[in-house]
Amino acid sequence: MKATVLVRPKDGILDPQGEAVQGSLQKLGFDVGSVRVGRVIDVELAAGDETEARAQVERMCAELLANPLIESVQIRVDEE
Amino acid sequence: MSARPTVAVVVFPGSNDDHDAAWALGSMGAEPVLVWHEDTALPGDTGAVVLPGGFSYGDYLRAGAIASVAPVMDAVRRFADSGGPVLGICNGFQMLCEARLLPGVLLPNRQLEFVCRDAQVRVENAGTLFTRRCDSGQELTIPVKHGDGAWYVDEGTFVQLATRGQLVLRYTEDVNGSLGNVAGIVNGRGNVLGLMPHPEHAVDPLLGSADGGLLLAALVDAASTHSLAAA
Repeated sequence: MKATVLVRPKDGILDPQGEAVQGSLQKLGFDVGSVRVGRVIDVELAAGDETEARAQVERMCAELLANPLIESVQIRVDEE
Repeated sequence: MSARPTVAVVVFPGSNDDHDAAWALGSMGAEPVLVWHEDTALPGDTGAVVLPGGFSYGDYLRAGAIASVAPVMDAVRRFADSGGPVLGICNGFQMLCEARLLPGVLLPNRQLEFVCRDAQVRVENAGTLFTRRCDSGQELTIPVKHGDGAWYVDEGTFVQLATRGQLVLRYTEDVNGSLGNVAGIVNGRGNVLGLMPHPEHAVDPLLGSADGGLLLAALVDAASTHSLAAA
């Protein structure tokens, strides 16, 4: 089983990295608005089915992968 | 009973102020003991715990996140739950937040620059274990050196913490975008303090300031008291 976790800074949370990227894109001549930088985490895991895999990944997010105070997560599970 | 209380200084891969902290605590009358992050217990006579500064695990994922689930952290949590004094400095503050032993989180500095200089911090609450050698309103000169020092918490919690006197230390100016210029906070019980400035780098006038010694000496006092109570 393979899971992909998208971790994003929540709306309203300061993202200086995104702001720096936005500034550089604008200097390059791109007409961009807000830019936010998050992270992608690919996890291979053993699970009986998609529901079980998702439940496991949700626990991983709660315990380590994301900080709910500042980050939102989106989980995608693919059976291989 | 030893005259010098044991203070455990936890060493993580990437800690780099562990020896400075141990040296400074030794100079304040403590017996510092370095404890490895994979250990599952603290020395039996531990009177206080210090989580030192540095870049544990290269700040992977989020600063302090991986350290917050290191094997030793269960022992640190049990120690804190039993009322033992715990001080987190810089990276240690980040770990305490990630471990939910303190509220909030440390975000990248507003200016995106690593900040490395002396900072002025005001003691907002001189009634804690850690600040009782200071006067309320006293300004301390203590260096900061961090890239992720902007403390953040939701507004409701911020107001609650302010009301309860838990926002113990505040910068006298905006150093890194920290909410309310907060430099250090204490937990509700008052036995866990996290701060971004480095008191261990300010323990002698030769270093530019000895103000950090006020906080560390208070920690050593608290360690003595805790050791006695536990013995």
